[in-house]
Amino acid sequence: MAKARTGAIMLALPLTAFILVTFIAPLGSMFMRSLYDPLVADIMPETVAALEEWDGTGLPPEQVYALAARELERAREEKTIGKLATRLNRDTSGLRSAVMRTGRGLKRAGGPPWSETLPAINAAWGEPATWQALARTGARVTPVYYLNAVDLTFGSDGGIVRQPEERRIYTALFIKTIRVSLTITLLCLAIGYPVAYLIAHSPPRLSRLLLVLVLVPFWTSLLVRTTSWIVLLQQQGVVNDLLVRFGLIPDEQRLTMIHNMTGTLVAMTHVLLPFMILPLYSVMRGIPAVQMQAAMSLGASWPRAFYRVYLPQSLPGVGAGCLLVFILAIGYYITPALVGGQSGQLISNFIAYHIQTSLNWGLAAALGCVLFVAVLLLFLLYDRVLGLDRMKLG
Amino acid sequence: MNTIKASTRLIAALAAVIAAFPSAAQEDDFITVVSWGGSYARSSVKAYHERFVEETGIQIKLDEYNGGLAQVRAQAETGNVTWDVVDMEAGDTLLGCDEGLLETIDYETLPAAPDGTPATEDFLDVFDVDCGAKSLIYSTVYAYNDTLFPDLKPATMADFFDLGKFPGRRGMRRTPNANLEFALVADGVPADQVYEALSSEEGIARAFRKLDIIKDKVVWWEAGAQPPQMLADGEVVMSTAYNGRIFNAWALEKQPLTIVWDGQVLATGYQVIVAGTPKLELARQFVAFATSTRSLANLTKYISYGPLRRSSLALVDKHEETGIEMEPHLPNAPQNMANAVLEDPEWWADNQDEMNERFAAWLIK
Repeated sequence: MAKARTGAIMLALPLTAFILVTFIAPLGSMFMRSLYDPLVADIMPETVAALEEWDGTGLPPEQVYALAARELERAREEKTIGKLATRLNRDTSGLRSAVMRTGRGLKRAGGPPWSETLPAINAAWGEPATWQALARTGARVTPVYYLNAVDLTFGSDGGIVRQPEERRIYTALFIKTIRVSLTITLLCLAIGYPVAYLIAHSPPRLSRLLLVLVLVPFWTSLLVRTTSWIVLLQQQGVVNDLLVRFGLIPDEQRLTMIHNMTGTLVAMTHVLLPFMILPLYSVMRGIPAVQMQAAMSLGASWPRAFYRVYLPQSLPGVGAGCLLVFILAIGYYITPALVGGQSGQLISNFIAYHIQTSLNWGLAAALGCVLFVAVLLLFLLYDRVLGLDRMKLG
Repeated sequence: MNTIKASTRLIAALAAVIAAFPSAAQEDDFITVVSWGGSYARSSVKAYHERFVEETGIQIKLDEYNGGLAQVRAQAETGNVTWDVVDMEAGDTLLGCDEGLLETIDYETLPAAPDGTPATEDFLDVFDVDCGAKSLIYSTVYAYNDTLFPDLKPATMADFFDLGKFPGRRGMRRTPNANLEFALVADGVPADQVYEALSSEEGIARAFRKLDIIKDKVVWWEAGAQPPQMLADGEVVMSTAYNGRIFNAWALEKQPLTIVWDGQVLATGYQVIVAGTPKLELARQFVAFATSTRSLANLTKYISYGPLRRSSLALVDKHEETGIEMEPHLPNAPQNMANAVLEDPEWWADNQDEMNERFAAWLIK
């Protein structure tokens, strides 16, 4: 018995190790990044420590100024001052040049009292806001990225306030992402259900052909499928050409169907359709066709028989398909990036932007974690309402 | 007979491969130069890359990007520096220099002008950055497709934002840079007071409000090669663009494109060296060559970007292929400077993150 169990554990070991290395570890490090930001505290440890004593109003005492001057000087020598400036500038625009100029100015500056020398080099040091920013970014563990991820920030008094109107972006984007994912899920269900029904209850030869028609696109590269939608839907594309040819629209009013939300909806629905059809099909295949015939021979009309007999039995497939499509859609990145234009961008595209372009990894990690938790919550909600045990993937 | 021939050929081929080996093994013999692609990169190749390869024997591997520091930062963070020399905008050069991503350039080591004026005095006194060798002055302007405006032609920056007078779609670069300046000039702010205005919340809001007017009609571009293409295809009726790209589409491809110089945003371009490159010496050699009097003057034979050396300005002549007199097409020619904005890289370095964020929020609204 014990031997068998050891054997089983040994067999599962490679998989466990694999999951640990490729899933748990990166997820953990991402989670860390969203909360832990030691940069400022590492470069100006003593100033940050001294600022903890400060009550946050007015200007800090001379001793803090002296520490800051010394540590800025050291940062300039060690060439870490640029990183410090970039980090502070992310908190308060303008601090970048203030810090850099101070670094350069310190070379020629006089000595104490530093509470007069520093503001003389750059006026920013005479502003309480600068010291508040330093104290704020000096915390190693910070909720600021999560706040930013839901359009909140720290106010000047240290309290949590909403971002100014023109910088609010992510909550609207999360809601939009969920709305788009729901729309795509419903579109997939509306298109996929009849197709799955046809495949499940057609004569074998037709059914096999239909299944191949579903599987071939499923096996085709995602990029090929997405870019072929560009060919079809663009202004000089096939669909517009046909519409103009048949006189349905005038040539100068060709429809804009790609590089916007329409493009994202069409292409993503197409790309995700097999994930709806396949679970539906596998469930429907198990529903005997004779039951419908029996219900109809007992006097039920076709719609009634379908509604009372067939639909309830296919629900586990509907649940599985919808959950699969929704979860895939909510994190989708390539398709909206290619065909979404400006209005069709989803939250995943902004995560990519912060990872690749702005290099604000803390914010990217926080956005990722918020998305992750949102999906988990929806998953639990699904379990509570519909029951995970009723779901059938095939 | 045939077999002998075949085997000789095989041996010859093998010999060729072996002969090629030593040079293939010497990886030091090339540097990676990153530029902006399209007609600008082609012009640089003709103007001085080819001559550099010929004179030094160092090969150039040409790569392209669309600005920004992301790739350079990523290479520095991972310690895998594959770019050696980059053609960079002023704001990025400043930031990259501050963050220690770029090598310092010593102007004393750059070649003197032909008349012996040292490099330190030969370069124009525009925005100095420790890490950038000044190369050229370029401009973001707007241009229109001439055939689409047979009667009334756009002439001012305000016309770009006037959908009533000039209906049709506009092309704009997908960044806040230059677009905010354009919006303020169009809204009546004098060119030399643009950054003053942008330094207040009110001014920034004013710029975005002006952009609101045309937002629904804008097609956003990212690569400098896109706007001439979009204009030629009639996808947009007017578009912001780099002046040199429009010039080349007009001069070489005979596209009916016209530049409007009013409200142009003039900026300086630099050659920079990525810190940590294993080919530092070769990179320095290339930067010195690329910013020499002759190279900068030569560039104007292929594209209308102004040289940043006084000695090169004197050598500006005719376009190599079409014989067009180049001086009137340079962005810093006096007649084009009437209402020009000089880009303030310091302002952008300080506000880039915040403006990017606001711009992104504005775009999806």
